[in-house]
Amino acid sequence: MSGILELRDVHRTHGSGETAVHALAGVTLTVGAGELVAVMGPSGSGKSTLLNLAGGLDRPTEGEVFVDGTALGSASRRALAALRRRRIGYVFQDLNLLSSLTAAENVALPLELDGTGVGRARRLALAALSEVDLDGYGGRFPDELSGGQQQRVAIARALVGERHLVLADEPTGALDSHTGEAVLRLLRSKVDGGAAGVLVTHDARHAAWADRVVFLRDGVIVDTSGPLDQPDELLTGGTR
Amino acid sequence: MSVRYGLLALLERGTMYGYQLRVAFEESTGGTWPLNIGQVYTTLSRLERDGLVEALPENDGGQRPYQITGSGRADLAEWFATPVSRADRPRDELAIKLALALTTPGVDVRAVVQTQRTATVRTLQEYTRLKARSDAPGDLSWRLVLDAMLFQAEAEVRWLDHCEASLVRYGAAVPPSASPAKPAVPAPTPKEVAR
Repeated sequence: MSGILELRDVHRTHGSGETAVHALAGVTLTVGAGELVAVMGPSGSGKSTLLNLAGGLDRPTEGEVFVDGTALGSASRRALAALRRRRIGYVFQDLNLLSSLTAAENVALPLELDGTGVGRARRLALAALSEVDLDGYGGRFPDELSGGQQQRVAIARALVGERHLVLADEPTGALDSHTGEAVLRLLRSKVDGGAAGVLVTHDARHAAWADRVVFLRDGVIVDTSGPLDQPDELLTGGTR
Repeated sequence: MSVRYGLLALLERGTMYGYQLRVAFEESTGGTWPLNIGQVYTTLSRLERDGLVEALPENDGGQRPYQITGSGRADLAEWFATPVSRADRPRDELAIKLALALTTPGVDVRAVVQTQRTATVRTLQEYTRLKARSDAPGDLSWRLVLDAMLFQAEAEVRWLDHCEASLVRYGAAVPPSASPAKPAVPAPTPKEVAR
């Protein structure tokens, strides 16, 4: 099976010899179109390392990462930068938006950096904002938006144009539970629309929006949770 | 909770006969608590015996509607005003299982924790799917029932995370081949008591 994102036996070791730290110690993971995979694990289990490798922000010491079939390890610096601009979007807990740019300018930025004309980039950005229910907010600056609206702008930017791999690191961290849920609902619907998503979170209720939940511990996947065979039993079996 | 308060609460909306009560009960709990019609009639006759509801004359369809009485209303109000006691809930099998796993030789406690975590997260995923499908404003009571199950499952995962972190921190103090005679909850040492 090939996916939008593929990690093949990926290792990431910091340092060497006795003091070496194995942040990831052989992770294989495929995320296809229309699939949202959550990564859970305690601090230091390798969650952020996995996300950085998937986004081409870091390189594995062993193994290979593919995005849209391109091996990131053998891509030139320039090709990697282009792939990051065109294919991969990030949503973080904070520091998502540039405060001196409006919502529309933030969303248009990766397109403009990639050479798209200003007018076309703006049209695509406004369309992306509309898809996350932010019609009419394009001219607002980040500090004129609520936390939930800012995260929606970040999701719009993560998936603007041809981008279809979204990497989210605790995207609901600072939000209250209703707003956080709205952000996850949105992420879910964008993925259902054909994108691939990786969601790193320590919160099981957020991870539960994913199709699969991968549990990392000490740099390896120790278990995976997929759909149940008999979901109805959950509702009728647990009653007293 | 017993079914009786559920039926009293439904009758507070207006008169209903047995079948209507059953349907309304299942609707308000989103099918998480299936009732059979026999339970409904048994409960109704007990409520009638206790003077909390009264049967009205049969309607043209041959159904006998019930209505809530004044004392039924008072009972219901008291139920809403009283917190649910934790003492009435069943013992937590999982907590007991982990406590025993810790002191049983040869049991990989982290594996027990992870097996449960995966199962509980899977449950959470299923609840979340149901929740994602129930978006209509009229689904509010069902969504809140689902939220209750979601929060409980989430609490279990958080507790499991806590157990695992504790194992990592204190694991060395509990060797896998600990004496089988050791109690699940070790008695405090005199030093700890003194503190």
